[in-house]
Amino acid sequence: MPDPGHAGWLEEQIDRWRSYLRRRQAIHSVDVAELEDHLREQIAGLIDTGLAPDEAFLVAVKRMGELDALSREFAREHSERLWKQLVVPPSDAGEPQAATRTDAIVAFCVAAAAALAIKVPALFGLQLDADAGFYLRNLSLFVLPLLTGYFAWKRQLDPVKVRWLAVAFVAAAVFANAYPFAAHVPGSTTHDPGDTEMLTVLHLPIALWLAVGIAYAGGRWSAVEGRMDFIRFSGELFIYYVLIALGGGVLGAFVSLIFQAVGIDAEPFLQSWLLPCGAMGAVVIGSWLVEAKQSVVENMAPVLTRLFTPLFAAVLVTFLGTVLFTGRGVDIDRNLLIAFDLLLAVVLGLLLYSVSARDPRSPPGAFDVVQVVLVVSTLLADAVALWAIAARITELGLTPNRVAALGENVILLVNLAWSAVLYFRFLRGRGPLAGLERWQTDYLPVYAVWAAIVVTVFPPLFGYI
Amino acid sequence: MDINKDLTAASSTPIVLGILAEADSYGYAILKRVRELSGGRMEWTDGMLYPVLHRLERLGHVEARWEIADSGRRRKYYRITSRGRAQLDEDRRQWQAVDATLRGVWQAVSVRVPASHPAPAAPLPQGV
Repeated sequence: MPDPGHAGWLEEQIDRWRSYLRRRQAIHSVDVAELEDHLREQIAGLIDTGLAPDEAFLVAVKRMGELDALSREFAREHSERLWKQLVVPPSDAGEPQAATRTDAIVAFCVAAAAALAIKVPALFGLQLDADAGFYLRNLSLFVLPLLTGYFAWKRQLDPVKVRWLAVAFVAAAVFANAYPFAAHVPGSTTHDPGDTEMLTVLHLPIALWLAVGIAYAGGRWSAVEGRMDFIRFSGELFIYYVLIALGGGVLGAFVSLIFQAVGIDAEPFLQSWLLPCGAMGAVVIGSWLVEAKQSVVENMAPVLTRLFTPLFAAVLVTFLGTVLFTGRGVDIDRNLLIAFDLLLAVVLGLLLYSVSARDPRSPPGAFDVVQVVLVVSTLLADAVALWAIAARITELGLTPNRVAALGENVILLVNLAWSAVLYFRFLRGRGPLAGLERWQTDYLPVYAVWAAIVVTVFPPLFGYI
Repeated sequence: MDINKDLTAASSTPIVLGILAEADSYGYAILKRVRELSGGRMEWTDGMLYPVLHRLERLGHVEARWEIADSGRRRKYYRITSRGRAQLDEDRRQWQAVDATLRGVWQAVSVRVPASHPAPAAPLPQGV
């Protein structure tokens, strides 16, 4: 051991302390610099009171606090950093290795259960093709309760919450199956679901996704950070799911091709097993991957946002320019509203993920301007479309599809418009970026409530057509 | 004296904002001031101050800037914003209400205690 009295000894010790601190994902190098300044001042102060350098170093490090606790505290404050590695281990993390393995085993078991769950109705004679309506209505109920259960187990959710979530799922199952939907479109021999049934199919997963979120956030649902993490989780899960689906498609194609070579038709197996079971299991596996393999996709969603924000902005500005110059009216097409709903959702996603990945402390830059251009042009384009529809709504008649799409449009428009205001305020230095996050996370239940209304109120309101 | 974690966490925001309302400052000096003001009764774990400062910065209650200190090292200074001052006023109102309530409680306790015990009135617990 080198002589503690040696002048370089202290520097060496501080170097080691610094490199040790740098290994913590939640503490960035700029924070390390701040803490180091503190440590050095503390040491200097202690040496002035008569302590030897080695004593002063030990006391100063001790006063700084235990590194695990410190890093946990930093991670809690900077949850966008923690996102990269999920470094917050439970305070009494005994065997992290064993915990990771248990988690993986449980995730695979839950995935297998979800994959099998979709085949259970087949035991009772319900076939995928013949009873497509049943399967579509209940699609989310095969996997989301299991996913919620997985997170409830992982986060050790409080039993009262678990009970409420269970009630929500039971209610969802009742509403999905108790209504006497007009299953056959008049004059058609196929089993195409009717309008309100299709609305249930589309909206039930949205409503139930909130239940997953409550389980995902554990005890942190009431905190902005907890809900923001859930938003990030949803985006990353979407990306993982698309990747897994692509891989699954390639696998299916190979299965089909190589078995054809030996004269066996693999299509029935693919259609009734690989596709449905894979699609269900992949939801759980994807969720587990997002949690466990953070660093692989790391900031995939933010990277995609960076890439597509300017492109979408350019397209929308061109669209608005075209409308203005040619003076063309917007055609009221059946799909127009849906197209604009999707557009609003995509733009909102782009805004959300770029905000969530942004370092809240860096000053506004060129990318923020592009972001504002995108949001404003979207708002204008949507206003043009809404105006065209409002002018003709009486003439067109209120079908359930139109009301649902219109409602979604208004909800998304309100969200985006207020987000734009908050973003402006931030860019002009009049408010913190945290306001935007708070608004977005507070708005989450609105989607779920609207989706729940569509599922529960619309079918009786429109006569189950 | 050990002050429990919840109480420390709850009081850290007004204390830090209050110290910054006196003058711009940096981490080490803020901690020193806390020690002075509390007469050494409040001891924070040094490192824990920084996440608090960063949270206040994120919420827009304080602004930070890097400067070169006399020692030649880079040092991060914090300044309270108008939003932070508004928060401090709000915190002050709330803490005064809590403080007034507690005073009432201590008084009631110190009046009742000698009535049931022959012992002379016990001094109030200090610094709670």
